[in-house]
Amino acid sequence: MLIKKPADILPSEITPEQVWQRRREFLKASASGIGLAALGLAGTAPSRVLAGDAIPNIQPSPLSTNEPPTSLDDITSYNNFYELGTDKGDPKANARFLKPRPWTVTVDGECAAPGEIGIEDILASFTQEERIYRLRCVEAWAMVVPWVGFPLGDLLKRFEPTSKAKYVAFETLYDPEQMPGQKRRVLDWPYREGLRMDEAMHPLTILSTGLYGELLPNQNGAPLRLVVPWKYGFKSIKSIVRISFTEKEPPATWNRMQANEYGFYANVNPAVDHPRWSQKTHRMIGDGWLAKKRETLPFNGYGDQVAGLYAGMDLKRFF
Amino acid sequence: MTRVEMRVRYVKPLVFMLCLMPFGLLIARGASGALGPNPVEAITHFTGDWTLRLLLATLAVTPLRRLTGHVWLVRYRRMLGLFTFFYAVLHFTTYLWLDRFFDLGAIAEDVLKRPYITVGFAAFVLMVPLAITSTQGWVRRLGRRWKTLHRAVYAIGVLGVLHYLWLVKADLLEPAIYGVILAVLLGLRVPWGDLSRRLAARRRRRPRVAPERR
Repeated sequence: MLIKKPADILPSEITPEQVWQRRREFLKASASGIGLAALGLAGTAPSRVLAGDAIPNIQPSPLSTNEPPTSLDDITSYNNFYELGTDKGDPKANARFLKPRPWTVTVDGECAAPGEIGIEDILASFTQEERIYRLRCVEAWAMVVPWVGFPLGDLLKRFEPTSKAKYVAFETLYDPEQMPGQKRRVLDWPYREGLRMDEAMHPLTILSTGLYGELLPNQNGAPLRLVVPWKYGFKSIKSIVRISFTEKEPPATWNRMQANEYGFYANVNPAVDHPRWSQKTHRMIGDGWLAKKRETLPFNGYGDQVAGLYAGMDLKRFF
Repeated sequence: MTRVEMRVRYVKPLVFMLCLMPFGLLIARGASGALGPNPVEAITHFTGDWTLRLLLATLAVTPLRRLTGHVWLVRYRRMLGLFTFFYAVLHFTTYLWLDRFFDLGAIAEDVLKRPYITVGFAAFVLMVPLAITSTQGWVRRLGRRWKTLHRAVYAIGVLGVLHYLWLVKADLLEPAIYGVILAVLLGLRVPWGDLSRRLAARRRRRPRVAPERR
């Protein structure tokens, strides 16, 4: 008799225990909420997306802060990622649409060796470090995130930027099927951001591939995102598919949309208010609802390392 | 029991409970830790949303009464208005306490410098006299002036929608929906019939061509 051996289950298909636990919690929570849900008052159902596998050989970094990291749950359920929806909980709920494999990043522009690089190559070629950074959102809230990643400069050097390369431009994937938020023109898609060359080459600036030791969850910008810890969060563009060296300042999405509210530099600066709210303080996510806001520091507390990049610049003008 | 008595006995408490449900839900979410990673923001948005929703419900009473001819609807208008104020008080208290911790300097700066807070604050201040004068006694005492005073609710509606519209960063869809509903509810109050009759009368008075014989 022929007994067919079932196909092996891929490790990536097995639901991690944490996720399974969370489903139970969700079922319990929704059972009590069914009455309200029927009236349309309850929130949308959370849909946890597999954060993926652990990243091997992560090295610690002296550039990490020793502040306690925000919980994984908060980092993965409170996101500004308009490509997956404009509410903070939307990116998690819509995360399943994004397919971070296969993934290729095109690098072009003012460089001697333009080309493409796949995400697997990126993970294998660059030493992955843990960088625990403060993240300050332009909306006056903050987190501490244990990113995994590597210096952006290491990747840029590979493509041999020329002397004409004064800026680096970044672009997020444009695919409304994978990014349902792009079906409405809330922003001028695809999302774009840019850095000055010296900012891009700064050792604090990283490309992140993961957090909490695992591959990036989709809602946090899988599979590859920028992290610039002294700038407001919107500079740290997610799900990058293109990196270009340019001679002129490249367009940045929020800056193009509302230049008086979102500068190209967007350095964290308590002395320059957003026109609609103060930037002097912020709420640390996880502090609880009776906690006071915290004082925001210039350059998000990274002034010692990065203030020199802006010597002689009027930061109230170039905000 | 007459139909009117039925309504007073059952429908009124029912509407009361319905208006109180969002508050119950908020308490339940707070108690079970279901307000998410930024609970203060969640409370602020929740109470703000329900203030606007109840404000629109209050403003819908009169047009609904006119369209359906159900005069009894007016009996719920005060309750809806007072619940609007109730959620506005929660919203304002959240801002004063949990967001600003009674820092009067920061609050003054907000009110003076940030247009969305200026209009939201103005809407709240305007609501106070309306809530105070909502009792039978005040209706009697103020007589005709009561109606004039309570027309301030139209301004409150406009300021409330502006407050929402000016605070969002990019996605204007939700505030635009509130804005359209408000525009319809206010538009229904314009006596279009009177206006067109008056315009027609004016046209008749100054005929460009010889008037037709009727």
